[in-house]
Amino acid sequence: MTAGDLEVEAAPDDAAAAWAHVEVSRHPDRPYALDLIQRCLDDFIELHGDRQGGDDAAMVIGLARLGGHRLAVVANQKGRTLEERGRRNFGMAHPEGYRKAQRLFTLAGRLKLPVVSFIDTPGAYPGVAAEERGQAWAIAQTLEAQLALPTPYLAVVIGEGGSGGALATLLADSVMVLEHAFLSVASPEAAAAILFRDAGQKQHAAAALRLEAKNLLEWGIADEIVPEPEGGAHTDWEKTAALLRPRLEARLRMITERGFDPARRRARYRQLDGLFDA
Amino acid sequence: MSVSTAYTGVQANKEGSAFTCAACKATYPAAQVAGTLYVCPGCSHHARVGAHERIRQLADKGSFQEWDANLTGTDRLGFFDTRAYVDRLDEARARQQLPDALLTGSGTIHGFAAGLAAFDFGFLGGSLSTAVGERLARAIEHSAEAQLPFVCVTSSGGARMQEGVFSLMQMAKSVSALHELAEAHLPFISILVDPTMGGSIASFAALGDVILAEPKAMIGFTGARVITQATYEQLPAGFQTSEFHHARGLIDRVVDRRDLKAVLAQLLAVLAGPAGEIDQALA
Ligand SMILES: [Zn+2]
Repeated sequence: MTAGDLEVEAAPDDAAAAWAHVEVSRHPDRPYALDLIQRCLDDFIELHGDRQGGDDAAMVIGLARLGGHRLAVVANQKGRTLEERGRRNFGMAHPEGYRKAQRLFTLAGRLKLPVVSFIDTPGAYPGVAAEERGQAWAIAQTLEAQLALPTPYLAVVIGEGGSGGALATLLADSVMVLEHAFLSVASPEAAAAILFRDAGQKQHAAAALRLEAKNLLEWGIADEIVPEPEGGAHTDWEKTAALLRPRLEARLRMITERGFDPARRRARYRQLDGLFDA
Repeated sequence: MSVSTAYTGVQANKEGSAFTCAACKATYPAAQVAGTLYVCPGCSHHARVGAHERIRQLADKGSFQEWDANLTGTDRLGFFDTRAYVDRLDEARARQQLPDALLTGSGTIHGFAAGLAAFDFGFLGGSLSTAVGERLARAIEHSAEAQLPFVCVTSSGGARMQEGVFSLMQMAKSVSALHELAEAHLPFISILVDPTMGGSIASFAALGDVILAEPKAMIGFTGARVITQATYEQLPAGFQTSEFHHARGLIDRVVDRRDLKAVLAQLLAVLAGPAGEIDQALA
């Protein structure tokens, strides 16, 4: 196989455009979850721990207000300094992180708080300890918890949305995606390694997976694309937050006003691909 | 996602020739290993078996009634890697005699009626396509409607890359369908066989009310090779095997394939048998 074979499907321009999208979503100066939470929400107070022995800094949970509304918040958090990147594992959660998210869903259900999630993760942490402590089980149980949550739930993909790790906080009543964010079955590097047996084909994989935000809207996986400042969110955090905040509030209001029912959320994910007659 | 060469043992057998164990390399007459359910008579290695063979092993003779036999998916992304996805699908359908990587239906197990689903690893690594997700969700729903316990044998590499984010969303679809079964208070028995990885174990397969696994099956979210490349970590002995997860409380029982039908029947006798005075009051 040569690179020439691949260009039959993914023209160089498509691959370059898809890759540029991925690079903006991963820009080192891009606002991370806490940067946006601090600018979009009021009175945010972080809570800690999964109540089962761990507190994963890659997953942040807390309480906040938005306008007049009370909220529970869950977010993937990347680190910016070398120390913080290590402590937060580049936004890749261990089982304790997913169990921390489950705790937040339970708390929100009991206290009748709407939930807003911020998604920015390359995926679940790929390590020995994570596997030993039941990474797959933790993610599966988090999927289940989201589909049983009895309160309104809004997800916002703010950067990378990688694989099952992203899905653990994505199964909301409504999903918003920042203009340069993406959601993918696997990172372009991992997909390239599987499909082409060459991680270097990441640009072609990105194009073939059609992972840009606009496709998610077309397919009904996302409900709204949130515009970013010219060039991307990294150019202006304040403007990014100013664009996001009113949309968050409008979306939450819309979910609540249309008549809320978790069975409706389950039906959304049961029928999402729209390929099969019920 | 590649089709393992461990499969060739079974294929050779179908043609009537001898069976060579992928683990100990010993060769046995075809009829003998068919009788041991493709478990090596010498070393007890469990060879991978396809979905049709799995149903033959578990369902009482003549009891299996297939569901949604004609339900197939489409190439939503127009995907082409080194080959066109549609060509890969056509080839797998012809080779495995299945519309996609999952066979579903109703049947009885030593007389106990159940909804049954079996993954076919030889069909694009048993990966989660939209069609597989839909067949699985429908099997769960058919079981709930018919008041049947649901038994799923999973052998899956996880996501089907060629269906991109639609593959990812099958995790959500399957978990959504399982909610129906739980609401009907019907049991889900999840059986993990070699290999069960990625999106399959991180969704429906980990949510069994009872989870069984065949010996030495590889089970985990991230594959060992990827973990080594990403972290340079030393892998502990027996990493990600059935026994490894059983020791950590993640799997109820490790069951030899030759005992699997009997163990299932025992579970169903308790879970789906007649209720007594005390538990009837809870129904
Ligand atoms: Zn052997």
